[in-house]
Amino acid sequence: MPDLLLDFLSKSNDGLNQLDSELASLLDSPQDSTALIHIMTMLHSLKADAGLMEFSGIESLAHAGESVLHGLLAHIEAVNDDTINLLVEMVDGLRAMVEQLTATGLEGGNRDELIERLRCKAEILNVPSTSSSPAKVASVADVEKAPVIEEELAEDPVVMELDDEMKEVLRDFLQESYENLDRVDSELIELEEQPDNRELLSSIFRSIHTIKGTCGFFGFDRLEKVTHIGENLLVKLRDGEYSMSEEIATGLLGMVDAVRAMLAEISDHGHDGRKLYTQLIDQLTELKDHGKTSAGTAATVVRPGTDTPATAEPLAANPAAGDGNPADDVTAAVPAPEPAGVDTGAAANSKPAAAREDKAAAGIVEASIRVDVPVLDSLMNLVGELVLARNQIVEYVGAHENTQVVAAAQRLNLITSELQEGVMQTRMQPIHSVWAKLPRVVRDLSRACGKQIKVEMEGKSTELDKSLIEAMKDPITHLVRNSVDHGIESPEQRLAAGKPAEGTLLLRAFHEGGQVHIEISDDGGGIKPERIRQKAIENGVVTVEQAARMSEQEICKMIFLPGLSTAEAVTNISGRGVGMDVVKTNIEKISGTIDLDTEVGRGTVFKIRVPLTLAIVPALIVSTGAQRFAIPQVNLIELIRIDEEDQPRAIEYIHGCPVHRLRGQLLPIVYLNKELNLDTPQEGALNIVVLQAEKCRFGLVVDQINDTQEIVVKPLTEALKTIPVFAGATIMGDGRVALILDTLGIGQRARVMSDSPDRAVSLNVSGVTEKVGKSETLLLVSTDSDGRLAIPLNRVARLEQFERARTENAGNAVVVQYRGQILPLVQLSDFLHERRASRSDAVEEGDQMQVVVFGEEGRQVGLVVNEIIDVVDEVLQTRGKASREGVLGTAAIDGQVTELLDVTSFINATSALISDLEEAA
Amino acid sequence: MNNSKPQTYCTFYLDRYYFGIEVELVQEIIRFQEITPVALAPQVVKGLINLRGQIVTAVDLRSLLELPDRQEDEVPMNIVVKTPLGAFSLLVDRIGDVLELSDDSFESPPDNLQGMARELIQRAYKLDRSLLLTMAIEKVVSADVLNRRAAA
Repeated sequence: MPDLLLDFLSKSNDGLNQLDSELASLLDSPQDSTALIHIMTMLHSLKADAGLMEFSGIESLAHAGESVLHGLLAHIEAVNDDTINLLVEMVDGLRAMVEQLTATGLEGGNRDELIERLRCKAEILNVPSTSSSPAKVASVADVEKAPVIEEELAEDPVVMELDDEMKEVLRDFLQESYENLDRVDSELIELEEQPDNRELLSSIFRSIHTIKGTCGFFGFDRLEKVTHIGENLLVKLRDGEYSMSEEIATGLLGMVDAVRAMLAEISDHGHDGRKLYTQLIDQLTELKDHGKTSAGTAATVVRPGTDTPATAEPLAANPAAGDGNPADDVTAAVPAPEPAGVDTGAAANSKPAAAREDKAAAGIVEASIRVDVPVLDSLMNLVGELVLARNQIVEYVGAHENTQVVAAAQRLNLITSELQEGVMQTRMQPIHSVWAKLPRVVRDLSRACGKQIKVEMEGKSTELDKSLIEAMKDPITHLVRNSVDHGIESPEQRLAAGKPAEGTLLLRAFHEGGQVHIEISDDGGGIKPERIRQKAIENGVVTVEQAARMSEQEICKMIFLPGLSTAEAVTNISGRGVGMDVVKTNIEKISGTIDLDTEVGRGTVFKIRVPLTLAIVPALIVSTGAQRFAIPQVNLIELIRIDEEDQPRAIEYIHGCPVHRLRGQLLPIVYLNKELNLDTPQEGALNIVVLQAEKCRFGLVVDQINDTQEIVVKPLTEALKTIPVFAGATIMGDGRVALILDTLGIGQRARVMSDSPDRAVSLNVSGVTEKVGKSETLLLVSTDSDGRLAIPLNRVARLEQFERARTENAGNAVVVQYRGQILPLVQLSDFLHERRASRSDAVEEGDQMQVVVFGEEGRQVGLVVNEIIDVVDEVLQTRGKASREGVLGTAAIDGQVTELLDVTSFINATSALISDLEEAA
Repeated sequence: MNNSKPQTYCTFYLDRYYFGIEVELVQEIIRFQEITPVALAPQVVKGLINLRGQIVTAVDLRSLLELPDRQEDEVPMNIVVKTPLGAFSLLVDRIGDVLELSDDSFESPPDNLQGMARELIQRAYKLDRSLLLTMAIEKVVSADVLNRRAAA
């Protein structure tokens, strides 16, 4: 029983997750009946399972939900946000109950209120529908109640027009049903021997119920009828009213055969055939009502094989002919008038037919099988060993002269590669299995934050190893939550920024260079480097000077460091719990990398790269001091060889640290033999392997670069795992063990990067040496006396041009009306005491004046300048002292001496003027 | 431990001492294998051995028990043991017999035993000619013990 419970719980969880994603897709396309049917199927099997386990709370809630869905299926136009929300609420209710069940073993909480609301909804929907819906679903109602079945039985079967997706659903249904039926067959036989085995009975019940439930949606009425009556019989057995007898077993087996026949019919023609199986139904009904057929076991007269497709079952050619009677029999549950019954002969008779149908169905059944994951794991291990053996043979044969041996080795090589690929394929799963629940997550979150977000997915079917899929789940979910919570802005903000109110979250996955790339991008506000910089300085992650020297991209990447949450407030969605550093650690655990691109106002892209699989990785084999090492190619950037005579020039030293100039950038050099304390001399040409780990790049000097190989990663023992420079070990072609180098570990050991980011930062900056100081954007203007003045652009609110005629005099100041405010204007010459005679006459004559507007604390003031010359980016190195008041100093810009305006003192000096004006106003 | 069921030991020699480990723990005994040294590893870890596709960590017991190093020309034997931490190869001088010893013939090691030996030697069986010292293998291969010597 606990097994059953576990089974139920895991199945329900899966089902609920699928429901989530289906509901989300329904939200996108409310008129999508396929999604509705999916939802219904899942809900129905959940209900059935819950019923079996006697969890009445879950069962009745699911049942209520199902009724709503029935209604919706008939009135697809009634699907709207409201109803979907109701359904979402129901799924949440179910989930809460299942979770409670997992935690405590008891269904918790009463959902009467929710059930009532669902019921109301269902009633509204169902009232006018009863007879019009082609997809008859009424019979899916509770098995306990005798359902009203009023199908037009003998009508020519309608071959449903199915779109591709429906066809797939149907194919799944058929395949699953075949599997179920095979199992039911053997379980029935077993049950006959041990009639009290409830587990067996439950399993049979479940299988039949699933078939019944699903065929209802497809409109396979006859199939449904047969399974329904069989199910009712099983209920009686389950409730202990009857115990298993040979007769009942025979009847049920007959039903299984009939179902199989009908499934074959469906698989061939798309409908469940025209046979009515009256005999079978009568027999089952009687069994159900009395526990035995009226004639007893003796009454095996009967037209033999009445219910086998091989013989002449009265075909209901005329729609009216078969109508009513059988249906009435079932509904009214009246004992069948004629002695019905199928003897064992009949059952046996149907065997050949069944066998034939099996063959027809074989194509479907054999298309896929279920395999335990441990089997695949051990297969993968074996392939790993085979790859090693292959490597050994290939290496050995390389020196061989016998062409036959060489040819055989080549074949072995090829086949091994193909086998490896094939086995890896078996472990591959589409990334969609991680993504499936995201639309729901996004939907819930965006509602909670009052945002509108749509999720787009590209490359759903991109596959990667199952173990990687598992490991990717949390990081991806976290990133998506982050994007929703912090990335995408509220609709108002978006509209204000000129973007559509609805934000887009794009998930992309694709293969490139033997790796899987996953991108999570949003079109939100981007990450503001200023905030990160501040936070980083606040938390002591970097110093002010370091922060000042970092590029914006570098600053943004600091969000991956521990202790840097930029969330201003901890919300219930993010800002606590796992941070970005954990995301990064988790991804790096599976040898992946994460990177981000962000642009303020445009959005953020997180780029994740992970290997296809972990067990076998391509690696570069190098050797140093007679030892070989493997370097995973993920970390490899390029290889450099420096001849002996060039070395003095190529390797330079900064305070004893060797560096190499690689295309204008300084590359720190690390000698592997020194790092590993191997006392081998470094001589001859220098082989440098350029490696990249995290954001740091360095050159690793090795004695020899051998070749690339696929290596099988084997872990090191506990005691050796503490050595950071090794990531594991592998066995080489000659059978010897080689160690796998951990790029990050070597970098840290060599101190070209360290755990604290400051070193990495300083090294990165040293790569771009030309920009020493902090560059600033300056506005160049000319003064009345033809001098040049520079104003830091970040202090300038805007540049304006006013007609002189528009200026007015207020009190003792010149003002202009500007954006509904009064803007006081200050002549530059009034502020700076000109030493030379002003040429104000020249200025007076023009009827346009150039004004630099400063705005501070809501007050604005305009500085009238002679001419606006240019905007330049300049590293300010003030030379001279301030020549006069209001000037910070002088600098040479564009080869001309330029004064730097002291904006603060300018604003201070004019504040008196402004407050005067305000009083006047 | 308290019953009198006899215990079978695989014995071996180290320097002038006679040691034993429970025979159930021994996976196999092999001659000298080529060892790939692991740079930066604790001194007692001699390196890694490829045992039919399985990577086995080789631990030099002489070094671990602070005994003098082997002579240059002496080739050690490998006793491969199964432990919860994986397979290890213990490098010893010579392999002895397999002995069945009853539980009443041993004593705990004397209190004046020093250093690593005190921690790793479990029992001293009083044989006719000599003492057989048995070792706690799980302790021998633990990261804690292996790394201790590196620090010392």
